[in-house]
Amino acid sequence: MIKYEESLPLINDLRGEAVVVYTMTQGGVWSRISNRPDLDVGISNGMSKASSLGLGVALGRPDRQVIILDGDGSLLMNLGSLVTVAGMGPKNFRHFVFDNGMYAVTGGQPVPNMNRTDFRGLALASGYAAAYEFSDVETLATELPRIMAEAGPVLVNLKTAPQPASHGVDQTWESNARMPRQMRTVMAALESEPSGDST
Amino acid sequence: MEIGRLRASRVIQSLKSEGVTHVIALPDSETRHMYDALVSEPSIEMIPISREGEAICIAAGLWIAGKKPIVMLQNAGLFESGDALRGMGIGVNQPLVMFIGYRGYTRRGDTPDTAAQILEPYLHLWRVGYYVVESEDDLDRVPMAFERAQQESLPVGILIGTEYSPG
Repeated sequence: MIKYEESLPLINDLRGEAVVVYTMTQGGVWSRISNRPDLDVGISNGMSKASSLGLGVALGRPDRQVIILDGDGSLLMNLGSLVTVAGMGPKNFRHFVFDNGMYAVTGGQPVPNMNRTDFRGLALASGYAAAYEFSDVETLATELPRIMAEAGPVLVNLKTAPQPASHGVDQTWESNARMPRQMRTVMAALESEPSGDST
Repeated sequence: MEIGRLRASRVIQSLKSEGVTHVIALPDSETRHMYDALVSEPSIEMIPISREGEAICIAAGLWIAGKKPIVMLQNAGLFESGDALRGMGIGVNQPLVMFIGYRGYTRRGDTPDTAAQILEPYLHLWRVGYYVVESEDDLDRVPMAFERAQQESLPVGILIGTEYSPG
């Protein structure tokens, strides 16, 4: 099992100028370590739709890498998105799944078919260009530079040590306003560095 | 449903006039000719989806990336997209024009089709503005919808009250 605090810094080190779309538990860790928060969007108000939002960015800006930090429970709620992504085939799309077998933010209830769903296999069967699964951080650290450089769409399933939340998700004015603000920040960042693509 | 003539090519021309870059769509029984025409249109990229709830979220990503997408869904698919409309449409102030197939619309009053019964009350509930297009005579409502979406920075519906015609 890999800890969030082990895998996410590896991704952060290699992200470059990628747009990162994150959700759930990994988002809490990511938002503390990200070296480009101006290129991050946390899906706090679009349950399960990180892969769909990321697909839109990837198709709109094929010159930019797009990294999705998804959860297993989140992906299960939008499983058809694997087929939609594969159908469009964005080469700049890297889809990480933090597979902890549970709904951690709601207290640790098991996801359906806990720990038996093969997300790597689902991605390959859907038509992703490549898919991997890692359960130890050493192998992930060795393989990640190559994976980040290969043509997508790529899915990386990370067998992740569960960290069930001890209390519910904070609902504050600031937390609810965060996602639209982040979207506009990313929009401005991308607008300031146009791709030159006239599509 | 046969009410007025609405050629797919005329609608696509209006989309091109608005600078639409992408159409995110899931086909339904009344959009066959539109779907075929969009696939053949080189200036607009078609994004086929597996389930309607993806559409508004993909559109949000394209919007962030500086593109101008629309979504094309049937009214039943819009209901499936309810949480996406809330969170990724209204909740983030996405200026998005949604072409919504008005399945069950008869223009003759009451209808036994619950998708048609609920559509307009549903949009009112979300305070989503909309225009009904029944034929080519109504196509001036398309630029109105785009202008309103931009002005209000919110999703706006165009309810298609007829079957698209070929040509």
